Amino acid sequence: MVWDRKIAYVNLSTGTVSKKPISRKIRELYLGGRGLNMYLLYNHLKPNVDPLSPENLLLVGSGLLTGIPCLGSGRCDIAAKSPLTGAVGDSNIGGFFAPELRFAGYDHLAITGKADRPSYLMIKDDSIEIKEASHLWGKDTFDTQKIIRREEDDENIVSLVIGVAGENLVRYANVRTGMKNAAGRTGMGCVMGSKNLKAIAARGTTPVEFTDPDKLLTYCREMNDMITSTRWAKAQSRWGTMIIYSNTNTTGLIRTKNFQLNRLVDGEDLEPENIDRYSVGTSGCYGCAVHCRHRYVLKEGPYAPLYGEGPEYTSLGAFGTMLDCRKMETILVANHLVNKYGIDTLETGGLIAWAMELYEKGLIDDKTTDGIQLTWGNEEALFELIRKIAYREGFGNTLADGFKAAIAKVGADSEYYAIQIKGMSNLHSDERPTPSFALGIATSTRGADHLRSRPAIDMYGLPGDMLKEIYGGSVATDYSSYDGKSRMVWWQELLYAITDSIGVCKFQTVFCAVHAPKWQEFSNLIQLVTGMKISKDKLMEIGERIYTLERLFNLREGFSRKDDNLPERYFTEPTPIGLPVARNKKIDRKKFEEMLNEYYELHGWDNQGVPKTETLRNLNLDKEPSKLL
Amino acid sequence: MQKILVVDPEKCTGCRLCEAACSLHKEKKCAPEYSRIRVTKWENQGIYIPVVCQQCETPICEVVCPMHAIKREPSTNAVIIDEKSCVGCRLCAQFCPLGGIGIDAKASRLIKCDLCDGEPVCVEFCQPKALQYIEPLKLGTMKKRTAAEKYSEYLKNILASH
Repeated sequence: MVWDRKIAYVNLSTGTVSKKPISRKIRELYLGGRGLNMYLLYNHLKPNVDPLSPENLLLVGSGLLTGIPCLGSGRCDIAAKSPLTGAVGDSNIGGFFAPELRFAGYDHLAITGKADRPSYLMIKDDSIEIKEASHLWGKDTFDTQKIIRREEDDENIVSLVIGVAGENLVRYANVRTGMKNAAGRTGMGCVMGSKNLKAIAARGTTPVEFTDPDKLLTYCREMNDMITSTRWAKAQSRWGTMIIYSNTNTTGLIRTKNFQLNRLVDGEDLEPENIDRYSVGTSGCYGCAVHCRHRYVLKEGPYAPLYGEGPEYTSLGAFGTMLDCRKMETILVANHLVNKYGIDTLETGGLIAWAMELYEKGLIDDKTTDGIQLTWGNEEALFELIRKIAYREGFGNTLADGFKAAIAKVGADSEYYAIQIKGMSNLHSDERPTPSFALGIATSTRGADHLRSRPAIDMYGLPGDMLKEIYGGSVATDYSSYDGKSRMVWWQELLYAITDSIGVCKFQTVFCAVHAPKWQEFSNLIQLVTGMKISKDKLMEIGERIYTLERLFNLREGFSRKDDNLPERYFTEPTPIGLPVARNKKIDRKKFEEMLNEYYELHGWDNQGVPKTETLRNLNLDKEPSKLL
Repeated sequence: MQKILVVDPEKCTGCRLCEAACSLHKEKKCAPEYSRIRVTKWENQGIYIPVVCQQCETPICEVVCPMHAIKREPSTNAVIIDEKSCVGCRLCAQFCPLGGIGIDAKASRLIKCDLCDGEPVCVEFCQPKALQYIEPLKLGTMKKRTAAEKYSEYLKNILASH
């Protein structure tokens, strides 16, 4: 049975490995993936541990449904205490690693300690070996994967790796697999680097078994049809997440020149259709019928020849709008560079955009930047800074520590210009015209972030009845309204906690597509796979348990209501351009605080954001840490 | 006319839904090692090629099988292994030039595509239509059309430059 699978505890300091089955009881409470990782993090990590110390716990988890042929079931969840924020560190990665880990016989890995030399883990059908990786140290993320395959003489090995940024402890270094997939946020690659762990390689031949395989096959086909019949998936199959740009830039929902404008004027070259000039097809992650990644080739120009995958909508903003770079090629090259070095595209772009505004305002100058002219749209400066961040050279070293440390170093005046929450950069979206999005980035347990809650369907102006049916309460149809938006955010937080725990892709649930699989479909899949009957209400309860546990973790690390806030500029500077619906908008502080109160109430937390005693009791969280695993 | 399974690597997105669905259908569990179809990848160049038995008209596997365990199923034209007669010598897997015969993870059995009795599951799961189950004549027309399209592009470019 699927719920009877194993976790491996690896101590890199002592070189010991122990294995334990994951009980059905804990599955019923946390499912797998992110849920189980959060349980392990809360239970096994002592409070106030230095995230870069050997004590930090690196958790790698496949989802409860990982391996099935639908909904991009190959998602892997990587968690630890974040070296970027000091809060929950957690990042979800597609590709092919999670299924391979499962085929190797493991669902979760809990890694502590620090290897005395560069090492990698080789997991092959039940055996786990800590291997020498000195020869891989300094290699980029592409070569590292290639060399491991060659040395092990097995092309089917799938690895999670870090690049030089992870080795150099860049606080937002990511974990990578394949050409593009990245567990991008919260610096999980930095945690790997701090443990001298260059890679985790897996290869397995053990099948994943199911309670009702025949019905599962039919149902998986239904699920694929359900998602591919949505207009969103059709568009995404063709242009990837870049498709969002067409709408958001036209409307005026994209932060440009850091946070000075909300639309990139003359930004036509970044329109998704232009990827056709470079695209040679699309790629899908494991078990995905949507295939949203472009395979692209640069045949000409100073950076050719170059093959890469992506870019995401995120990178259009990180290296385009936020920096006032207006060429698709700039994005393609920068996207390739961050993937090669293994650093988060968003954090990198966010910090460079901040630095460019500081440069413009005269808060930093050529002396600070090692002579690099940080003028808007300067692509050479962008490429050079990416490299300097990865290698921690000069001004790159300042930026490599993330917003909190960089602000301290550059000066208190610079804080106002930093579009960050809890120490993490925000996406390039401008949330001033969209209160629901604004609340979501403020409350996210891992710092400014859209993937914890973004209720993207708020943009569609759906009928009130429909919204009521989806969200279980009254929600205003107008996205510039504050009414009912706390409910949207709360509901999406629970839904995404579940998708990250069962291991399916967020783009194949109610993210941008209204008629995508959600609670009931997930409940059906769980039953066919494991035999566990978990109703829609129970699933929401599990989502609440996971989210509340993350909250408890952050409270334990010293975070509180004051950290569920927006950068000051959201309240003071109205959006200057865009369509009328997005123009001259800022967040109303009073209404924002009201939304936050409602949001806490929905979670069952008090007005300081502390979970109430009865909430903890109802969620079986009153006896944590319970050390069931 | 009996249909054939046609692979178009240019359309493959490498998602391996075919492998997962095949093993789930045939073995009631998911594991690529038990799938009759495998996607071979050159990840760093972005090349994905699904490899599966082509049900040859003169199957080499059938010729080399010392036990005459490989036969043709008339209803689908699929070349199938009679597990009762097979002794597991693996000559078929060694001699097939197309990688059409697999060896399961426990190396106890030879496995190959049997076209799912005329309704190949991999085809049903392949969203980009890199796998198609069509009449042989249609393959000829399809390929000619694709070639002609490339040729016409080429001609258009020449004309445009004059």
